[in-house]
Amino acid sequence: MDMIRRTLLKGMGSTGVLAAAVAAGVLKPTGAWAQEWNRAAFEAKDMSAAMKGIGAASAADSKDLLLKAPDIAENGAVVPVDVTSNIPNTISIAVLADKNPLPLSAAFDFANGAMPEISVRLKLSQTSNVKAVAKTADGKYYTVQKEVKVTVGGCGG
Amino acid sequence: MADPMKIRAQLKGDVAEIRVLMSHAMETGQRKDNSGNTIPAHFIQAITIEVGGKKVIQGQTGTSVSRNPVFAFKVKGAKAGDEVVVNWVDNKGDKRTDKAAITA
Repeated sequence: MDMIRRTLLKGMGSTGVLAAAVAAGVLKPTGAWAQEWNRAAFEAKDMSAAMKGIGAASAADSKDLLLKAPDIAENGAVVPVDVTSNIPNTISIAVLADKNPLPLSAAFDFANGAMPEISVRLKLSQTSNVKAVAKTADGKYYTVQKEVKVTVGGCGG
Repeated sequence: MADPMKIRAQLKGDVAEIRVLMSHAMETGQRKDNSGNTIPAHFIQAITIEVGGKKVIQGQTGTSVSRNPVFAFKVKGAKAGDEVVVNWVDNKGDKRTDKAAITA
């Protein structure tokens, strides 16, 4: 135990302490905190492949997952999207847009008091169904979507 | 090195509202420059947020997040004075860490 204490004391700053704690087995990194970028999902070119990539191929529609986005986006380069999950034990939320060249936009995991509620700004290349996906601690997926009409696309060059 | 983030963390009751503005081009890799060459993708891929030394949010992002991304999160049980530490890493390995204290 004394060795662990020394290791902890040696750690400089919070990251050092955290790394030492992980090394000492005090905190076990879990799958939910995997660091690797989900290339298969983010580089998927259509919605069904992207949903499969995040494990949500069989997500069920839910009224307890709230998606706020404009009906009409004048500027597709900056479309504000708010997602709130009222589904108990939501541990992750992902945001996708079906008509974008790469539909998956962002995915967040929550822990230690973080509430399942996010705001992001997306680029939409054209009028799209914006979709939110929530994952619960027991591995179930829920989804909701809303059409956003885009008058000027966000991917033009 | 990228420009600093702007972090605002304000307590409402026992919930901290954290807003982060990151300074990043978020190039999609779909655009072409004036001479018709594709501009390579350059975008933030990973974000982590710690509050009071505990990791609360971990995110992954793709090219369709808007330029100069803005994110907002809520964290329950935070206290005024707790330090908020935000990290991002992009697809070229550039990274940035910024900190702010939660205000009452």
